[in-house]
Amino acid sequence: MYVAVKGGEKAIRNSHALISEERRGDLEVPELTVEQIREQMSLSVDRVMTEGSIYDRNLAALAIKQAQGDLVEAIFLLRAFRATLPRLAHSLPLDTAKMQVQRRISASYKDLPGGQILGPTYDYTHRLLDFNLALDGMEREQAVVADQGVDPHLPRVADVLNHEGLIEPEQQGAAQEPFDLTRQPMSFPASRDQRLQALARGDEGFLLALGYSTQRGYGGNHPFAGEIRLGEVEVWIQPEGLDFAVSIGDIKVSECQMINQFKGNAEHPPQFTRGYGLAFGHSERKTMAMALVDRALRAPELGESVRFPAQQPEFVLYHSDNVEASGFVQHLKLPHYVDFQAELQLVRQLRQEHQAKQRDKQQAASQGADSAQAPSTASQSQEPNHV
Amino acid sequence: MCKPYSGYNYAYLDEQTKRMIRRALLKALAIPGYQVPFGSREMPLPYGWGTGGVQITAAILGPKDVLKVIDQGADDTTNAVSIRRFFENLAQVKTTEDPRAATLIQTRHRIPEMPLQEQQVLVYQVPQPEPLRSLESSEQETRKMHGYSEYGLMQVRLYEDIARFGHIATTYGYPVMVNERYLMSPTPIPKFDNPKMHLNPCIQLFGAGREKRIYAVPPYTQVRSLDFDDHPFSIQTWPQACDLCGDQHSYLDEVVLDDQGGRMFVCSDSFHCQSRQQQGHLGARQRQEEQAHD
Repeated sequence: MYVAVKGGEKAIRNSHALISEERRGDLEVPELTVEQIREQMSLSVDRVMTEGSIYDRNLAALAIKQAQGDLVEAIFLLRAFRATLPRLAHSLPLDTAKMQVQRRISASYKDLPGGQILGPTYDYTHRLLDFNLALDGMEREQAVVADQGVDPHLPRVADVLNHEGLIEPEQQGAAQEPFDLTRQPMSFPASRDQRLQALARGDEGFLLALGYSTQRGYGGNHPFAGEIRLGEVEVWIQPEGLDFAVSIGDIKVSECQMINQFKGNAEHPPQFTRGYGLAFGHSERKTMAMALVDRALRAPELGESVRFPAQQPEFVLYHSDNVEASGFVQHLKLPHYVDFQAELQLVRQLRQEHQAKQRDKQQAASQGADSAQAPSTASQSQEPNHV
Repeated sequence: MCKPYSGYNYAYLDEQTKRMIRRALLKALAIPGYQVPFGSREMPLPYGWGTGGVQITAAILGPKDVLKVIDQGADDTTNAVSIRRFFENLAQVKTTEDPRAATLIQTRHRIPEMPLQEQQVLVYQVPQPEPLRSLESSEQETRKMHGYSEYGLMQVRLYEDIARFGHIATTYGYPVMVNERYLMSPTPIPKFDNPKMHLNPCIQLFGAGREKRIYAVPPYTQVRSLDFDDHPFSIQTWPQACDLCGDQHSYLDEVVLDDQGGRMFVCSDSFHCQSRQQQGHLGARQRQEEQAHD
C-alpha cells in the first residue's frame, strides 16, 4: 500500500519540540542563562555580532543559546532579526586612533610611541587543558590593575609610515552615503566600502583559508602585521539638519592594518600598501584574515596579475557569506524529486542508447571475426533494467 | 509568553521594502526576462529555501488574496507547508490547495497541471537566475552577454549534447528565450512544464533572494525553449499512466515500493491527482485495491 509522504504540519511541530528538548539537554543540569553566555562565551558573542552585523551582546548571546551553540545558525538568527530593523543613520568613520586601547601590538617595529601592549591574548598560553576549569567553586585569577593608564593617544603604525610617504595614503571616505550591502545588491567592480562590508560580514573560516592561501603562494604579497589593536571606540553620527556630530556610544572593536610590499609601477612609486581588517569585539583571527584578503583583492587596482582565488572579487565576495552559503548548500535537503525523476529518465535512456551502440559494435566486430576465424565467445554483460 | 508574530509588519516586510520590491517587479514586467537586481533582505528562512519567492509574495500579498504554495507540485511537502504557515501567521491570509481558487501561487520546481487564468499570479522560487552561469562563472561577463544578446554559447552547449548523445540531454531548467530578447532560466522546473510558460494568461514572477535578482514574464508573452530545426524541443513522456488517477498526460513522480525493483508512478501535482480521483478517475493501483476489497 502506497502512503504519500506527507511532511505535514504535525511533523514540523514535533520537530520543533524535539529541538527544544535537545537544546535544554539533561534537566538535572541547570539551564544556561543568556547573561552567562554573554559574559563567559564572549568570543563566540563577538563572532556572532560581527558576522551577524549587529552590535548587541545580549541578542548575540540569546542567538547562541537558541542555536545550541551553532555559531553560523546564531549569525543567521541575528541577521534575520536585523532585517526587520529600520536604518536610522549611518555613522561617521570610526577614529580608531582615539581608541581606548586594551591591546595594541606591532610586528613591524620593536618599539613605538605608546609601546607594545599585550593585553588579553591566548597567543602565549601553552595549550594545555586546564583541568581546574572543570572544578566548581575555584577562585579564578584576576589581573592586577596597573598604576599608570594607557596613553590615550596611540598613533597608528600606518600613520607613522605615512609621515615618510612610505605607505600609500589612506583613502578619505567620500562625502556621500556609504554603500549598504544589506540594502543594495552586490555589484561589480566592487567599491572598497562594498568589499570591506562583505569581508566584515564574511565567514571567518572562509576568509582564514583564503588568507592562508595567499601566504602559501596563491597570490602572496609579503604582509607584515603593521598593527593590531583592540579596544573601545566612540561611534558618532551626524543627524540631518544638525551641523555637529553626536556620540551615540562606545563599541569594542578589533582592527588590523597589514602592511604589504609593493614594488611600484608606472603610476605609483615603490611603497607599502595596506590591507585592512575590522570586526566587532575581540576577533583577531578574523581581522587578520580579512586584511590579507582585502589586500589580495586589490590586485587589479594595483596592476598586479590576477591569478588566484583570493584575488578574484567575484569569487571571494559572492562566496564569503556563510548565511548564504549555508542556506544554499543545505537546500539540497529539500525535495528535488521532480528534477531527479527527469534525470532518472534521461540516464536510463542514455544507458539504453549506450548499450545499443556497444551491441552494434560487438556485432560488427564478431561479424568481422566470423569471416576470418571461429565465432567470438565474448559474453555481453546485461545491465539490469527497470524501465 | 508573548505572541511570536505580534511585533512584525503585515506579511513580515516593512512597507518601504515592499515598495522597493514592487518597483523591481514593475521594471521586470516592463523588460520581460531581464534580471533586475534588487536589495534582497535577509528573511527568517534560509537562502535557497525560497527567500526570493517569499519576498515577492510578501510584497504583493493583500488581505483579499488567496494563497497556494506548492513544492514539487505538492501542497503537503515540508517546505510548502512551512512557507504557507509563514504567511498564515504573518499575513493572516486565506490559503487553498485549489489552483483555480488561488489569486497567488508560490511554487518551487513545478507549474500546476491545471491551466492558469488572467488575474492570477504565479511566483517562482529561483535558486540560480542566470541561465548562462554554468557556462560563464563571472557575473560581469554574463551581464554583457545579455546586453549584446550574445547567446551562441548556449546554442553550442545544446549542440554538443546532440553531437555526443544524438539529442539534447537537458531535462530541467531548460533554457528559454523570452519575447525573443532575453535568455531566461525557467528555474529548475522539468522541461515538461516549459510550454506552459508560453502565452500564459497569468503573471509569472521570479524571485532569487540569495542572488538578489527579480525577473518576470508578463501575460501572453512568448516563451520559446531553445532548439534546432532538425532537433525540435520535446517534453518528457511516460509509457505508463498515473497509478492513482490514471492520467496519461501529467508529470509523474516515481515512488519506490521495495528493494526488488517495485515502482509506482503518481502525479507530481497532488491537487490535480486528488481532484481526478474524486471525479472517479482511477489508476491501475487504485483499481487493484478496489478489486481486493470486493
